[in-house]
Amino acid sequence: MTKRGKNVLFVSMLLTLTIALGGCAGDKEAKDSNEIAQTQTAAAAGTESSPVEKESAAQETKDVADSHITIGIPQDLDSLVPSLSQGAGTQEILFNIYEGLIKPDSDGNLIPAVASDYTMSEDGLTYTFTLRDGIKFHNGNPVTVADVKYSIDTCAGLNGGEPVISAFSNIESVETPDGQTIIITLKESSSSFLAILATVEAAIVPADVDDLQTNPIGTGPYKFVSRSLQENVILERFDEYWGEPAHIQDITLKVLADADSIVMNLEGGAVDMVARVSTTQAAEFGDNFEVLEGTMNLVQAVYLNNAAAPFDNELVRQALCYVINKQEILDFVSDGKGTPVGSSMFPAFGKYYIEELNDTYTTDIDKAKELLAQAGYADGFSFTMKVPSNYQQHVDTAQVVAEQLKQIGVTANIELIEWETWLNDVYQGRDFEATLVGVDASTLTAGAMLSRFRSDAHNNFINYKNADYDAAYANALAAEAVSDDEKATQYYKECETILADTAANVYIQDMCELVAIRKGYAGYEFYPLYIQDFSKIYITE
Amino acid sequence: MKYGLKKFVTMLITILCISFLVYLAFDVIPGDAALAALGTDVEPERLAALREEMGLNRPFLERYFDWLLSFVTGDFGTSYKYNLPVADMIVSKLPVTVIMALISFIIMTAVSLPVGIYTAKHSGGRIDRVITVVNQIMMSVPHFFMGIIITYVFGMVFKLFTPGGFVSYETDIAGFLSYIIFPCIAIALPKIAMSVKLLRGSCVGEAKKDYVRTAYSKGNNTNKVLYRHVLKNAMIPVITLWGMMLADMLVGSIVIEQVFNIPGIGRILLTSISYRDYPVVEAIIVLIAFVVVVTNFCVDIIYGIIDPRINVGAE
Amino acid sequence: MLMKSFRKKYPPNFVIGAVITVVMLLLILMSFFYTPYDITKMDSASKLAAPSFRHLMGCDNFGRDIFSRVLKGMENTFVIAFLTVVIGTAGGVLIGAFTGYFGGWLDEVLMRIIDVVFAFPSILLALVFVSIFGTGRYNVVAALGVAFIPSFARIVRSEFIKYREMDYVKSAQLAGVGRLRIIFVHILPNTFTVLMSSIMIGFNNAVLAEAGMSYLGIGVQPPDASLGSMLSESQTYLFSAPWYAVFPGLMIILLVLGFSLLADGIKA
Repeated sequence: MTKRGKNVLFVSMLLTLTIALGGCAGDKEAKDSNEIAQTQTAAAAGTESSPVEKESAAQETKDVADSHITIGIPQDLDSLVPSLSQGAGTQEILFNIYEGLIKPDSDGNLIPAVASDYTMSEDGLTYTFTLRDGIKFHNGNPVTVADVKYSIDTCAGLNGGEPVISAFSNIESVETPDGQTIIITLKESSSSFLAILATVEAAIVPADVDDLQTNPIGTGPYKFVSRSLQENVILERFDEYWGEPAHIQDITLKVLADADSIVMNLEGGAVDMVARVSTTQAAEFGDNFEVLEGTMNLVQAVYLNNAAAPFDNELVRQALCYVINKQEILDFVSDGKGTPVGSSMFPAFGKYYIEELNDTYTTDIDKAKELLAQAGYADGFSFTMKVPSNYQQHVDTAQVVAEQLKQIGVTANIELIEWETWLNDVYQGRDFEATLVGVDASTLTAGAMLSRFRSDAHNNFINYKNADYDAAYANALAAEAVSDDEKATQYYKECETILADTAANVYIQDMCELVAIRKGYAGYEFYPLYIQDFSKIYITE
Repeated sequence: MKYGLKKFVTMLITILCISFLVYLAFDVIPGDAALAALGTDVEPERLAALREEMGLNRPFLERYFDWLLSFVTGDFGTSYKYNLPVADMIVSKLPVTVIMALISFIIMTAVSLPVGIYTAKHSGGRIDRVITVVNQIMMSVPHFFMGIIITYVFGMVFKLFTPGGFVSYETDIAGFLSYIIFPCIAIALPKIAMSVKLLRGSCVGEAKKDYVRTAYSKGNNTNKVLYRHVLKNAMIPVITLWGMMLADMLVGSIVIEQVFNIPGIGRILLTSISYRDYPVVEAIIVLIAFVVVVTNFCVDIIYGIIDPRINVGAE
Repeated sequence: MLMKSFRKKYPPNFVIGAVITVVMLLLILMSFFYTPYDITKMDSASKLAAPSFRHLMGCDNFGRDIFSRVLKGMENTFVIAFLTVVIGTAGGVLIGAFTGYFGGWLDEVLMRIIDVVFAFPSILLALVFVSIFGTGRYNVVAALGVAFIPSFARIVRSEFIKYREMDYVKSAQLAGVGRLRIIFVHILPNTFTVLMSSIMIGFNNAVLAEAGMSYLGIGVQPPDASLGSMLSESQTYLFSAPWYAVFPGLMIILLVLGFSLLADGIKA
């Protein structure tokens, strides 16, 4: 009862689900950092420019000892054990406590973390990592190759039991020939392996601590202090961190289960920062807050069950696309902020993203009516649109969509459901007509967005079936296998175009992400993935 | 004594029925511990194997009695979502909700008793009439709206507390109490109105009875009659109401916790419902129902002590 | 002193209650056929507009007319509360009448079940329903309806226990009148006055419970309007648009106040 408003959780779990796709390729190094930089309009965000960082670090040294920030999070952490964590909303927090051998930076590049560097064999089957010298766990114990082996083995199911990360079932063996080398051998080469290795689920944990749930220990810039269920999680800076230490000493993560209380909490002074506030909430903040703007990095759309009448008819789907006025939706829901998209791909993907697809359908009511008439629905029809209730922005968008569809006599009945119900009925059971959600990517590989629309993909929850699409996707994979990136990109783009042309879904936007932060704090960095990095935040006054 | 025993047995049967019905209800709905443990992307064979392993294939009654037995011994099962013992989850949050209900109850009795007596004594007077009007309005305000008003007035305009700035009793008891007092007022206000109204009506009604006239004729003054005779009888329906209200306050705090962003039992219950974390939901519902039944039992007993006639009537 | 107010045929309470209730009922009646604006019609130009002659109660965050939505919300609340009371009364009368009239093991069993249901405060029972059957207004009606049965059943039962010992009932029994006829024709009408005031109180409780449920996001679903969910949404805009919270809240208060004054008047 959950009131609507338990933000973000939904995107969250999608991440977990998308993680399950293996074997899809893409060049993870090739992120267009320009795209990302564009989204970081925040004046204070000292992105890559380390001079700013250094300067500010010097500034806040005086209050380092007792510096503190309270950050509002939309739901409690589902688990403190990285390999058991499910929601992206949990993992984005654990990112501060745990690290993998490698991890993403704010440009989406993979940088060494617990490993100080790594090499990949020619055939892409063997990865050799060198353990970072002198790296320690939060309990003061040094990280050993045995810990690394234990962690990876657990994720891959090599310790007995099922693989926790299904893509890791591809791991043949983990070997530790000496005290600082870890060799991971794959069964078959996979270009997404490193990206998945960098997720927090694959974090390195101590082999000798068995109660991580109550006593989480990692190598990240913050260490866990305490937690009170549904109330807060308290973190403290880890002073023996191998990298650049975090700026703020103490962090309280306060659970704000009710979105309607966010404004009051911030304005009243109970909370200093909340990531992902809505524009209407942002408009309520007074002068003592700065609102930073980025993007959510997901594709929000009315996802249509392509196997259910009337959406099995391409004309009907196209008609809906012609009615929807994306700009109007953005104006209502987010004061015009956000990036309209026309296919299952968002701008942070850089070279894969095709901006022009956004113009595939320009709002044209007459055209829409004509298409409906052709399809035999001249008098319109009505359908049920399931929307997860815990995410206000989708609920809002759904209401605007329903209003717009009325213009062609189509009635969309909104049914708010719980997130768990959504997972069971819609995503898993595919028992729905239409649903309005956002789908994100766990890694910046094209496959993370596109593999699900193959006819036989296990997570093709919209039941999309298109032979051309399957062929184009297969071609892309084939091109990747021979490292022809250009060709692969071209085929992926073809996939996106097919999705747009056949109106697989009614695509809407990549939502804007607004971060409200109290004046006096700065340094928040947006990631192209679902991550909140607290270590970069510092105090300015 | 016999009356008390009968009530006690009735109470036990009621509690048993409740636990059975709740367990049955949650057993019927789709989704179980095995499914929760494995998630949604799972092959049916693995699911079936785990069901077998977890003993979910045993007959219903067997599982129910197992559950009941461990419930009685304080083992409420394990949360699907948090993978923590349900008992631990509840125990850490219970004080918040219970303290809130108790403070609200104290506020209610402390205010309504003197006000009720005053209005009864001066019934028809100007102050009585004002209070009656205020009462009528108070009773019509849903307590979450009262909560919003209190947040706005005391939190945002007068800044007497920080909206959302709840601190746990474990870290700062003074801060905890100074925050919790406002939601308690929101819970208590409508209840004060109701019990003032009932107390006043009950006193006035009692005052018209013959024995009061007799007491007066014996030369007792108003206060003596009121406190010695009238009040004792007039309190009977009020105590029943208070008993119901104590239970009401426990549940009412579910909504109020939402308004004031307080992580208590209500918060755990609501989030567990949305996560379909049934062991938690089950445990909390059975516990609340249990508290309600016990409260009712206590009221019945107090009732019997105050009014000996009931003992006879019940036989 | 006391008797003063009783002397008047219609105490002021009753009159005020009647006036409020009639006005509210007229507004609700009107909302079935007419609202000033379409309740889902959005207008980006008047987001969170203050009350004015164009929008009597201002606009919400979508620029929808709050007055129209309040009217519709009242209608929804009223219909839900009404159905709840109908279920509660019907169930309560049936159970109360049979248990009260016949007594015996039927009485014992049914009253135990009633005790069980009674142990669940209505919101809690509704939450159980919702967690099992999902959200939606009919689930709320069902849940609240069931939750209301016990209080009616207890009242009707005690009335029946009182009447079944009365002479006119005994003589009817001796005259060979059917039991059902005695229950529904001879006794039931006599419980009407008692029942009437509990129906009114029950209605008020149903209104408050429905508001609480929709405040928690259970019950009437958007974009349809409900007073509780409007109040919940309004919290974000408490500073910039306090009227968004004030009007739906005020309407709940008036709805309840009217009926409770009326109920008082009838009792007197």
